[in-house]
Amino acid sequence: MALPPLDSPQWQSPWRAFIWGLRSITQTILTVVLFVTYLGIGALAHDTNFSLAWALASTLFVWAGPAQIILITTLGSGATIIQSAIAVTVSAIRLFPMVVSVLPLMRTPTTKRRELFFAAHLTAVTLWVECHRFLPQVPRERRIAFVHGLGFGLVSVCLTANTIGYFLAANLTQTLGAAILLLTPLSFLFSTARNSREVADVVALVLGVLLYPLAAKMNSGLDILVSGVVAGTIAYGVHWWREVRA
Amino acid sequence: MSFAQLIGDWHALAVLFVAGVIPNQIWRMLGLWFGGGIDEGSELLVWVRAVATAILAGVIAQIVVEPPGALASVPDLLRYGAVAAGLVVFLLTRRSIFAGVVTGEVFMLAGTWWLG
Repeated sequence: MALPPLDSPQWQSPWRAFIWGLRSITQTILTVVLFVTYLGIGALAHDTNFSLAWALASTLFVWAGPAQIILITTLGSGATIIQSAIAVTVSAIRLFPMVVSVLPLMRTPTTKRRELFFAAHLTAVTLWVECHRFLPQVPRERRIAFVHGLGFGLVSVCLTANTIGYFLAANLTQTLGAAILLLTPLSFLFSTARNSREVADVVALVLGVLLYPLAAKMNSGLDILVSGVVAGTIAYGVHWWREVRA
Repeated sequence: MSFAQLIGDWHALAVLFVAGVIPNQIWRMLGLWFGGGIDEGSELLVWVRAVATAILAGVIAQIVVEPPGALASVPDLLRYGAVAAGLVVFLLTRRSIFAGVVTGEVFMLAGTWWLG
């Protein structure tokens, strides 16, 4: 499936754009990866004694795989609500620059802030990656509808996966459970690496991975924040230095 | 499994809201609020994107270094080896996410089987 050309009459209706967005979930391996990741989250929720409704509500309202895994794992291992909330808040900081960088791709001079509400809610790593890939092929005034379709499709896939994973959990061996949990870091690592076109992105990714274990030794509870800001700032420094020399 | 079990208790859903929903939506809504005034190609955005990437990289490292649930049953070196093997194949296949993920998984499963 290829998207219609930018000047095609196919793009005249926002509803059509929504459908094109929905259909685009079949055009990316990340949909399969999300499916299996959320299969794992459903299984993890079951094993940690959360209800199916809880797992589905977390997917619908949190909509961030790493945050959901951190939330389930910390609450399941006996952390307090406050400790879990801090860990999740820190892991979710990355959503802020994602939203900041993705919304300008959809905005037109007449777009109101409230029209971007659902696009902001749907923004997570997969949608962020796919927006940068798909949106240049979508006329600007139809991008919000397209993203709504894409997000609706991805959320539906994940809710289905959660439900299947939840019921599979009783039958999953420990090794298969581990294999499903390993999908999350592998898929996030490679999808981010594939989207890293500029040197700054690569430096941020590599340093972010390498600095985390060092930051974790400080045991401040803000490890991810510390390693992220340091690695990201060094990456920005590399970008800045290259710009100055160019 | 009864209907009541599938819903669970309301206390757990309240915890989800406080520790899960609010901590995520705060950042998205701040992004929605402040994103309006920021230019797509601005230097600030290059920096925030680099930080976002690095924080995600940290989450990736955290899951591998301090694994949750069943993943903790896999020995440290096997987990690191699986990610490294996946990364090598990902790079050799000109950035195929699929090839990288499958390699990492096969490495871990084969290692688990081999270690018995």
